[in-house]
Amino acid sequence: MRDVLASLRGLTVTYGAAEGAHVALQGLDLDILKGERLAVIGESGSGKSTLALALGGLLPPEARIAGRIDWPGFAAPPRAGRDIGFVFQDAGASLNPVIPVGRQIAEVARLHLGLSHPEARDRARALLARVRIPDPDSALAAYPHQLSGGQRQRVAIAAAIAGEPSLLIADEATSALDTIVQAEIVALLDELVHAEGMTLIFITHDIALASGFADRIAVLHDARLVEARPAAELLGSPGQAYTARLLASHIGLDTPPLIAEKQP
Amino acid sequence: MRAPLLAVQGLTKTYRSGGREVKGLDDVSLSVAAGETIGLVGPSGSGKSTLARVVMRLIEPDAGTIAFGGENLGALNGKALRTVRKRIQMVFQDPSAAFNPRATVADVLADPLRIHGLAPRAERPRRIAQLLESVGLSDNLAVRPVHAISGGQRQRVAIARALATEPELIVLDEAVSALDVTVRGQILDLLVRLQRERGLAYLFVSHDLAVVRAVSHRIAIMDRGRIVEAGPAGTVVADPQSETGRALVAAIPRLHIPRLDREASQNA
Repeated sequence: MRDVLASLRGLTVTYGAAEGAHVALQGLDLDILKGERLAVIGESGSGKSTLALALGGLLPPEARIAGRIDWPGFAAPPRAGRDIGFVFQDAGASLNPVIPVGRQIAEVARLHLGLSHPEARDRARALLARVRIPDPDSALAAYPHQLSGGQRQRVAIAAAIAGEPSLLIADEATSALDTIVQAEIVALLDELVHAEGMTLIFITHDIALASGFADRIAVLHDARLVEARPAAELLGSPGQAYTARLLASHIGLDTPPLIAEKQP
Repeated sequence: MRAPLLAVQGLTKTYRSGGREVKGLDDVSLSVAAGETIGLVGPSGSGKSTLARVVMRLIEPDAGTIAFGGENLGALNGKALRTVRKRIQMVFQDPSAAFNPRATVADVLADPLRIHGLAPRAERPRRIAQLLESVGLSDNLAVRPVHAISGGQRQRVAIARALATEPELIVLDEAVSALDVTVRGQILDLLVRLQRERGLAYLFVSHDLAVVRAVSHRIAIMDRGRIVEAGPAGTVVADPQSETGRALVAAIPRLHIPRLDREASQNA
């Protein structure tokens, strides 16, 4: 049995004033286990991104939070950037457009690991190689707009792990990428968390994508947790009608075509 | 064999980006028959959306011809172009970006009826009700602001707007890519039903080969501005001949459903 990294009890997040308030998360009970790859699956409005922000203490000031998040896996409450790394959907928006990517990664390492400037630069170079950016030496000086979407997301991952976090949260980190690049980024994340012993929370709308590598899957719907179970169990015998509906909605290459095969 | 509804030949479009020349389209030829769906798939930057926009004449090609219903689209102007344009419509990925945010559903559907002179003012409410019904929406929705309805409803309204001019071809540019998965299937079913009922042709542009496979008769795979492979949908997916085709097939997420060992679980 794995140790519990984070324990969420009755977590409720509300936006807006009392009348017309919007409940983004309702009474969420969930344990996050040390070293696991937990996929959080949900459609728009399910509360999956709110969950990511709540874990990182990154909710906007107008959000009201009830319930508890405890961190038995940490001696002190974890800090976003240091103990928790984030990778978001739009790397173009995460990265500063006017600062070379090497400096952005080095800054995280300097701030959180107390490295000197030359040390931080060496670490940035090593991280760029780690996320398989070709020619890391020249990539250090590149600006985000000079990179492709996939390379920008690799840089965002390098920045996210530069502070050596023990928890990495990827929120729709591959949704804006084409399928070929998406498969590469998922493989990279999987390999990194495995090698570094990180815990991964992989938030996505795509249950098939998660099915390939998650240890456990939590399904959210309309701000509530539908079920959270080991991936093989949940995929093999969904315990809830909504999970079954998500699985049935998947379109794969083996899904029967919706049209007659013959050309008109 | 009948002449194709749409035939593009030798389309070329070069962009200049930071002093470099980028081939958006490089000698692209493609045809779409009436009632047929051609799926256009490729990685980011492969040129599939550029091709869709050139077909709509939203972008002018540097070279090549576009023939629609036997007419040379590139040579048409003014009234003649407007007449042909009615017969080709487009649906985009993000319907909320495609609509005036302050408009009601009825406003959105009245626009094409008014612009193309398809229905006098008095007749428009009835036509709007018909259009809503044809995409499975209630007439009650007409008075709602487009930003106040769900994403799936908005994409239905976008399809209804495209249908208003009774087109023969609809260009669908990532039209289901932003939808929730449980909604996506319903929109695909709607598109297939409309095609069956009206003999519509679709140019279905998407990065998702599996979705394209589900609705297309033929598939063309693009990379770096070129069509690198084209053929019947089942053949292309089962046995891709191009490197890009093989990479796309390999990259589709597989749903890993473990086979439960019944005996073991019964004995447990």
